[in-house]
Order: sequence, then C-alpha cells, then structure tokens
Amino acid sequence: MSETTSQLRERRWGMVIDLDRCTGCGACVAACKAENNVPEVSRRDAFSGRVMNWIRVAHSESQERHGPSAAYPILCLHCDDPPCTKVCPVHATYVGVDGIVGQTYPRCIGCRYCMGACPYTVKVFNWHEPQWESELRAHTNPDVSLRPKGVVEKCTFCSHRLQTARDDAACESRDVEESDYQPACVEVCPARAMTFGDLRDPNSDVSSMARSPRSHRMLEELGTEPSVIYLKERERRV
Amino acid sequence: MSEPTPTAPVGLDEDLYRPIEQTGRGFYSMAAFFLAVFAFGVYQYIRQLRFGLGVTGMNQPVTWGFYIINFVFFIGISHAGTLISAILRLTQAEWRRPITRMAEVITAIVLAIGGLHPIIDLGRPDRLLNVFKWGRLQSPLLWDVMSITAYFAASTVYLYLPLIPDIARLRDRGTRPQWLYRFLSWNWQDTPQQRKVLHNAMNLLMILVIPVAVSVHTVISYIFAMTLEAGWHSTIFGPYFVAGAIFSGIAALMVVMIVFRKVYHLERYLKPIHFSNLAKLLLVMSIVWFYLTFSEYLTGFFGNEPAELDVLMTKISGPYAFPFWLMVFVNFVVPVALLSRKKTRSIPVILFVSVGIVVGMWIERLIIVVPSLAVPYVEFPQHAYWPSIAEIGIFAGAIAAFCLGFMVFAKFFPLICIWEIEEGRSEALEESVERFRSYLPDPPREDALKEGRP
Repeated sequence: MSETTSQLRERRWGMVIDLDRCTGCGACVAACKAENNVPEVSRRDAFSGRVMNWIRVAHSESQERHGPSAAYPILCLHCDDPPCTKVCPVHATYVGVDGIVGQTYPRCIGCRYCMGACPYTVKVFNWHEPQWESELRAHTNPDVSLRPKGVVEKCTFCSHRLQTARDDAACESRDVEESDYQPACVEVCPARAMTFGDLRDPNSDVSSMARSPRSHRMLEELGTEPSVIYLKERERRV
Repeated sequence: MSEPTPTAPVGLDEDLYRPIEQTGRGFYSMAAFFLAVFAFGVYQYIRQLRFGLGVTGMNQPVTWGFYIINFVFFIGISHAGTLISAILRLTQAEWRRPITRMAEVITAIVLAIGGLHPIIDLGRPDRLLNVFKWGRLQSPLLWDVMSITAYFAASTVYLYLPLIPDIARLRDRGTRPQWLYRFLSWNWQDTPQQRKVLHNAMNLLMILVIPVAVSVHTVISYIFAMTLEAGWHSTIFGPYFVAGAIFSGIAALMVVMIVFRKVYHLERYLKPIHFSNLAKLLLVMSIVWFYLTFSEYLTGFFGNEPAELDVLMTKISGPYAFPFWLMVFVNFVVPVALLSRKKTRSIPVILFVSVGIVVGMWIERLIIVVPSLAVPYVEFPQHAYWPSIAEIGIFAGAIAAFCLGFMVFAKFFPLICIWEIEEGRSEALEESVERFRSYLPDPPREDALKEGRP
C-alpha cells in the first residue's frame, strides 16, 4: 500500500490549455456537465446567478479584467497551494496525494468560505436540492456521486476516471500510465486545445508545453501554483 | 405586583424595583409585537431549512450576504457591553455606575443572537458538529468558534456576578418568582467575606474579559483578512474591526439607555452628564473609525493595484456608492458636527446621532462583505445581490429577539446596578475624595490628621 502511495505521490496531474487553439465552442462545458452529474438549475436560479458549471468559458474581453482578450475556459486550477483548502473548517476540501484538490461532499457544512477564498471563483454551491428531468436522471453517471443540497462542489479533474484507471492498472499489475486517464473536457475538445498529463514527468507533453514561452498561469502573482497552465501568444505592444 | 414586605425598608432606589414588580399593558403589547416578528423570522428559517439556501438572495459570486453582515454587525454591537463596562470599571470612572448593567445585558443577548448567524448561514446546519469532529484549527472559522464561545462564557458570568447582590435584594423584598431569586442569589447575605470574594471575582473577570473581547472582533476580521480577496486582504482589519465594534457598541448602548430611561422613568439615574460623557467617547471612536477607514482606502487607492482598485471603485463610485457615502456621512460627518459642541450634545441629538451610527456601522459591514465578493479577480457573470424575504425576515426576527430579550431581562432584574449605586453613595464618594487627595502634592497624612483621624 505504501508503495502505491509513494508511486502516486510522484505524479502531479495537470492540464495545459492552448488559448490560441480554443474556439470557445463550449463542448468542454457540456461534456463536463454530463460526466459529473452537475445539476441543471431552474430558469429563475439561472437568472439570479446560480448556474452550476464546473468549467466555464469566459467570452469577455479578457480573463483577468486587465489582460489581453481571449476565450478562456476556466475550471478549478488544482493549485498546489490552494487558498480554498486553507480556510475550510472541517477538512472537506483538501489537496490529494497526486495534486488533485478534492471535495468531500458528506462532510461539507456549506459555510461557503472556500468559495469566497478562491480567487478564480470556480466553486459552485447547491442552493437547492439538485434536480434533473426524469430522462436525464436515468442517465446520470454511476461513477460520480450525486450531491445533496447545501454543499460546495467543483471540478475534480474527473478523479473517478483516475480511480477506474487505477483499478484497471492494479488488475494488470502495472502502474497507471499517463494515457490511462483523461478528464472528459480534454477528451471532447474538438480543437485539441486541452492536454492532460503528469506535470512532474519532465518528458510528458504537458511538461514540455508548460515550458513553452507562451505559457502562463492565471493570477501567477498570488502564488497559488495552479496545475492548469494556459498558452497564449503575447500581443505585441509598441 | 407584590407589595414590598415590611421588613425591607423603603429605600432611595424604589424606582429601580418598580418595573420588576409592576407590569403594565404596554409591556404585553410590545412583547406580543416582538414575538410576532420573531416568529416570522423563525418561519423564514424553517423555510430555508426545507428548501435550502436558495430561498435567500445569495448567488455566485456573492456567496455571503445578510447573514454574515449581521453576524459581524451583532458581534460588533456586543462590544458595547463588557468591554465598555470593564474599561470603565478598571479605570474607576465613577460615572459608570448606572451604565454598566445595561451594557453587559446588551453584550450577552446580542452575542447569543450574533453567534447564531454563522449557523443560520450554513448550507448544512445538520452537520454543525463536524466542526468539532473534523475541526481544522488552521481555519479562521475555528478561531471564531473558540473566541466567541470564550467571550460568551466570560461576558455572561461578568453580567451575572454583579447581579447576585441585586437578586438577593429582590429575594429579600419577597418579589415573585421567589424560587428564581432564591436559586440565583446563591444565598447572598452581604457578609464582608462574600463582598470580598465578589469584588475579587469581578476584578479578575474585568481584566480577563478585555483581551477576550478584543480577540473576538480581531478574529472575525481575520475571516476576511486571511483570504487573498481584494479589499479583504488587509493588515489593519483587526484593529479596524475592533474600533468599529466599540464604536457601534457605544451607539447601541446609548440608544438602549435613552429608550429605557424614557420607558422606565430612570431620569434620576441616567443624567445628561452620563450621556455627555458617553457622547465624548463616541466622538473619539468616530474619529478613530474615520482615521482607520481613511488609511485602509488610501493604501488601496494609492497602490493602484488593478484588483484592489476595482473593488474600491465599486465602493466609492460604482453600485455601492450610495451606501458608502451615507456611511461616511452618518459615521463621521454627523457625529463630529453634532457631538463636538457642548450646545448640541443634548439627549435628543445624541439619540439621533446614535441611531445613525448603528445604521452606518451596519452599512460598513455590508460595504466590507459584499463588494469584494461581487468583484472577483477573474471575470465572472455579474449578478446584483439583493436580500430575499428570508434574509429580511430573519434580520427582523433577530432584532425582535434582541428587544424581547432585553424586555424580559428588565422584567426580572434591575437594569441599573442597585448595590453599586448604594456603594457609590456610601463608600465611593469618600474613596474618590481620598483618591483625589492622593494625586495632590500635599502629604496625605496631614490631611487625615486635620480631620482628626489616625
């Protein structure tokens, strides 16, 4: 067991999003919603600012309101030093062994402190008991737990897929390969703007892309050390 | 409505027993009104339990609203009491005697109400005990839990101890319910030994309670200051919150004093001099508050950091400009204009200014909590935050609970510390003359000799 843990510790799952490729089509948003049983909200709730998405595409002028313009997919950045886990009073959000920031739904008391503390505003709250239309309820993903009302949730890098990959690898008595595991958003991206892998492996695709001169991290100056890296050609300014 | 028993002499302080022994129709009608408002708040909370926090006006990104604002506000008011009364007792300010009790009652009631607000705010109040089971001491919320419980314990004991001799007086007068007074008076017989123990306990508590009270609002400010949010991440938040708390506390104390002075005819006890002295304190706190507000916002403005400036601009010229400037007006301009001159420092003016400050300090909490959330670092679809009927109902219910609590307290216990007034007459008067003499350069022994004492 301890051997497996140390093996896992060596990985740090991360994502690179090439904004020069991203078309802002929103396929990742739809895929994520279906994959992770993210509930639909009523029309009224949607209008009052309670849309639930684990990934959103910012179509505005800029990502940081003073930066260059782009369509930016924004999801939980799985920081190495997350401001959200620091403030949680009950250990309901934590940094996992492989760098994934997890949420423990049955423990969350719904104080929403982590939502306020997250500088990227990527956490969402179950303001009501989540509901699906009858057919959709029948098609919820059995691998992902449904959340009750009153708890905070967010992107988990589809960690249930990592779990499946681990189980499969264990059956075949081998380690989890990078190619065994991909989140739903990365899988569906038609523009191949998203790449997923192990940031600690210097030979991985994500590592080499992260070293690109085009790379940056969101709000780098806050020192949160995100595991999601964006690529963008800098605009030349005279 | 029991008559004083013949054994108890009709003293000078009959006025203070009257509200306890006689209950008019006004009391019942007011109590019924507040009870109705309180019941409405309870109903709204039950609705929230059933349907989730969706019944409130909160959303993403404004994930904290009225409940947290009121939490900070009520806990702020609670600093009126214990802190003011402890500081006045500690500095032997003799004019404190008719004021301390009311201040302490405010603290106890408001602290209980304010302390409930984070629980009202929880999405899963059924899991509240997770805070003890899985509590992370690294989380500022846990610091709060500890600090507020400590303050509640200390301030209720600090309210109760000086109450014991008064309860014993009520017991001896035969006031009903006798069992209550008999139980709560702990067989107080006013022996010198008992007096000594009481004084020692009070002295210990009033010193203990000051750092605890300061810690409470400091730690509440840390909830905000420990995050990275623009507008929250500030080093002066601790003292800023404590100063604001004392400020709003004194104002609330004055409002309560003026109301009960009128209702219970306490004009003999609460004289213009008491209000004038407290008003001076209020004026000082108003200036301190402005100084800290100014320092806080000037640093943000001058630094010109984009995120910080965005939050600042929504406050001073954006959607929150009206409440912001109203806050500056009622918290600083009005008090300085009206309280700094002796002529305008009359009781009606003080009432007006104090009500303004209580409202202004509530707005201050709003200005701190909401805009920082509403203007996040990263672009996010904007939605205005407006409280729903649930939040307004619970707010009204909380205020009604405070009024009700205060009224019920005043029905059972004297609002002015009777034995401290008596002690003031019998001992403190001479003591303070003696104390004053000791400040003078003349040797005190000669004075004593002149008066024919050894």
